[in-house]
Parts: sequence; structure tokens; C-alpha cells
Amino acid sequence: MKLKLTLLAVAAALVIAAFLFIDLPHNWDYALPRRFKKVLAITLTGGAIAYATLIFQTMTNNRILTPNVIGLDSLYMLIQTFVIFAFGVVSLPSTNQGVNFTLTVGIMMLFVGLLYKLIFKREGNNLFFLLLIGLVMGTMFGSMSTFMQVLIDPNDFLIVQGKMFASFNNVNEDLLLISVLILAAVALYAMRFSKYLDALSLGKEHAVNLGIPYNFVVKNLLVIVAILIAVSTALVGPITFLGLLVVNLAYQFMRTYRHRILIPGAMLISIIALVGGQLIVERVFTFETTVSVIINFIGGAYFLYLLLRESKA
Amino acid sequence: MIEVKEVSKAYGGKPVIENVSLKIREGCITSFIGPNGAGKSTLLSMMSRLLQKDSGEVLVDGKDISQWKSTELAKKISILKQSNHINLRLTVRELVSFGRFPYSQGKLTKEDWEKVDEAIAYMDLTDIQHKFLDQLSGGQNQRAFIAMVIAQNTEYIFLDEPLNNLDMKHSVQIMKVLRRLVEELGKTVILVIHDINFASCYSDYIVALKDGRIVREGSTETIIDSDVLEHIYDMDIPIELVNGNRIGVYFK
Repeated sequence: MKLKLTLLAVAAALVIAAFLFIDLPHNWDYALPRRFKKVLAITLTGGAIAYATLIFQTMTNNRILTPNVIGLDSLYMLIQTFVIFAFGVVSLPSTNQGVNFTLTVGIMMLFVGLLYKLIFKREGNNLFFLLLIGLVMGTMFGSMSTFMQVLIDPNDFLIVQGKMFASFNNVNEDLLLISVLILAAVALYAMRFSKYLDALSLGKEHAVNLGIPYNFVVKNLLVIVAILIAVSTALVGPITFLGLLVVNLAYQFMRTYRHRILIPGAMLISIIALVGGQLIVERVFTFETTVSVIINFIGGAYFLYLLLRESKA
Repeated sequence: MIEVKEVSKAYGGKPVIENVSLKIREGCITSFIGPNGAGKSTLLSMMSRLLQKDSGEVLVDGKDISQWKSTELAKKISILKQSNHINLRLTVRELVSFGRFPYSQGKLTKEDWEKVDEAIAYMDLTDIQHKFLDQLSGGQNQRAFIAMVIAQNTEYIFLDEPLNNLDMKHSVQIMKVLRRLVEELGKTVILVIHDINFASCYSDYIVALKDGRIVREGSTETIIDSDVLEHIYDMDIPIELVNGNRIGVYFK
């Protein structure tokens, strides 16, 4: 188990080194800090999303759910579309990344807060009811975005379209710093719940039986997941699709239920996938495609391989 | 000491348990019997804090279960539900080791592992302890879960239909184990059971529920009685004495 983790760590370090140093131009004192910033953003969001997806799946005892179902991705798109629809392309919330970031994270947290109040205020409502409401809300946000997108100027739409895909190319330095701080604080807070995760994955009844303060833990984890997703989405755009892939890969590769191993495993795989994907996008395809396409392609191929192998066995 | 005081529960305005009060006897097997929908499982779930009660109190050592610290309560009472499906791929030994969670918070000490080994040996699972749960039969699975509860080492053990889907051989095996738990380890076992004959042969005390209320409670001999059972189940259940056991012959 240790060996596999070391292997992943080495692979991640290699990919990061490759990203930093391959094709480094002569004026490296300009290029290197830029690349470093990019790698930092990728590592941060990749790690956050892997972690969020893993604990979300543990909470729901479901291997095919992602935090996407609460509707945060669609809300992000709705906010971005609405900003351009209502205020125009050259308005402050559209051009100033700081304002946009604050606005997006703020609204997302407000949304999660509302959802949370609504669901947990009444006894008897549970986590799955919250997911259901989130799913419905997500669909509604999606339809509203589409509605506004068909109304706006086609040129403005291109701007909106640019936000539909995660991009690490122009990450704002100050925002990156703020994100690092927020994510570090959240990670620190999440530490105190890590001992519960293994037992939580047995399901609610076993968890309660084993003395886990179930409601307290689940509510806290939910907020942690929401903050992680909100910050990483606001920073680089929607890439939660990645979580499902890397967490399942981690389960396949690590072959354990222990979160102490799964968490670093999933985070490392996520970093390898994102940095590697970005490397291919930049060096092989010279920015002609996006990292989402690469990840989806490789991920899809891997899942097909898994399916074929399982059906043979 | 477990005492239930005036506990009620309603689902969507429809009462399932109404003002039930009950004292559990120590060092006994207490069986909850009654027709489907009588509220047996609901009562058991409320007593073991899996389900919130609408009103009333469930006192464990004089303190309501909602006032207990979760980990402390988990060292006092344990519960096993009828469907134990787990999404993880675990070996028997890994599952049983979860029983030590209240004591170790996931970091098992040498002593914890000794308890795990004891529990595995107690349930006769040593040979298959490294097998995955999904490779085992229903009876072996049930034994593995009971081993987990044994490792949890609580004074009170709640079981919701532990014989569900088991054949006669495994049912007898499980009931004998429960009997041993009471006699050898001094545990108190409270279970929901449908088969009145198993209840009759293995329990010390029987609580009969019907329509969300306790209709009768008492020692096994007083409850396994034609008149009493007719009142509970609304059917004729003649009782025969077979080798000293009171057996209901209700099949025809």
C-alpha cells in the first residue's frame, strides 16, 4: 500500500517537473513563475476535487455520485451567464476576477446554506432528499442559463462559452493565494472528521451503532465538500467531472477501504491526470483542445478497459 | 438498565408506536413478537437510537439516549438491523475490527486486535476470516456481523430479525449463539423475531406488540399460550408441549 502511494507521489512529482521544465524558453525567469503558478492552481483544484468527491461518495455510500448533483456547477454557469446577460461583457463583475470570484463563491455558499437550512430544519428529511432537491435545482439553473444564453449577443456568448470549460491559463495570483488559504483552512478543519470516514462508509445504521455522531458529521462534511467545490470551481471553472474518474481509479488502484490511503491516493491521481492533461494540451496539441477533452478521452478509455476486463473474468 | 417511558412515534401523522413503556430485564433474551406492522422494528430502532422518537424517553442507566455521548453509548448498546448490506468489499476480519471503533476511534491497539480475534473465534469464523463478505453464504455473513457486535462488547445487544432469510440450521446456530452470549458473557439481548416457536424455545421474556402498543408482556410460558396468542395474532394457535418446549402448531 505504501509502495503504491510512493509510486503515485513519484509519478506526480515527475509530471509536475515535466510540466515546469520541458521546453523552457530562454527567458525562463518569466516563464517559470507563470508555469509554477499554473501548476499550483492545478494541484490545488485537483486535490480539492478528488478529496471532495471521495468524502461525498463515502457520505452517500454511492460510488457513482459526484458533488455535482447538488447543482453547484450549474449555479456557477448561471452566475456567469447572468453577469453577462444583465451587466454586459465590459461590466465590473465580468472583467474583474476578484469581484467575480467573491460573487461566485458568495452566491454558491448562500445557495448551499439555504439548501441546508431547508433540508435539515425538519426532522426526517435526509441526505438523499437534499441531493434530490439539489438535482432539481441544478437542472433549473441549467435551463435558466440556456435561456439567457440564447438571448444574448453571439459575441457575448463566446465569452460565456469560454467559462464552460475549466481553464488554468490565466489564474489570478491574488485569488490563487486566497484560495490556498481557504482550502488550507478547510482541510485543517476536515482533519477532525477523518477518523470517522472509514466507519461512515459502512452506511448510516452501522455508523450510528459504532458511535459516530452521524448528523453532526454529515452536516459538517457536506459544508466542507461545498466549500471545496465552490472555491475550486470559482477559481478555474467547472471540472467536477474529474472527481468521479479519479476516485474510482483510486479505489481500483489502491484496493482498500481505508481513507487514510484512499485520500492521498485519489488526490495524487487527480494531480497526475490534470497536470498530465494540461501538459499534453500545451505541448502536444499546442492549446488546440482543452484539458477536459483529454481527461474525458483517457477516462472513457480506461472505463471501457475496466468493463471489458470485468466481463471476461 | 434500559427503561422505555411513554415513547411515541408517528410517520406522516399516522401513529406507529403509541405511549409504549417497558423495562428490559438484565441478563435475559427478550423477544418482541407481533403481527406485521405492529411497530416492533420501530420500537427497537428507537430504543437503539437509530430512529428519533417523537416523544417519551429511552433511559439507559437512568439517562436518556439523546443525552449520551455517541461513543460512550456505543460501548453500552449495539444494534444489528435485518439487512446488513455494505457497499464496501471487506473481509470478515476487517468487518469485525470495525466493532472496536467506539474504543479505538479507528486506530486499533494490540488489545483491540485481541478482542477481534476472540470475537472471530467465538463465532467460529477463524477459517474464513480472510474471505470477503460477498464470498460467504447468508448464514456466514450473519455470523460475521454478530462477531462485529461481540467485538463491540456492549452490555445490551439489539437485533432486528436476525433470522431473516436463514435456513433452519443457521437459525438454530444463531439462536444458540445468542443464548451463549447471555449465559457465558452475561449480555442482555433484545430481538425482534417473527417465528413464535424460536421465541418460545430461546427467550426468557416476551413482549407482544399489536397496533403500536404493547398488548402483553411476560415470561415465555405466560405468552406462548393459545388464548394470549389468539389475541395477538387474531388466529387460532394451538400450543403443544414437545420435549418440554411449548410449540405453536398453526400451520393448518
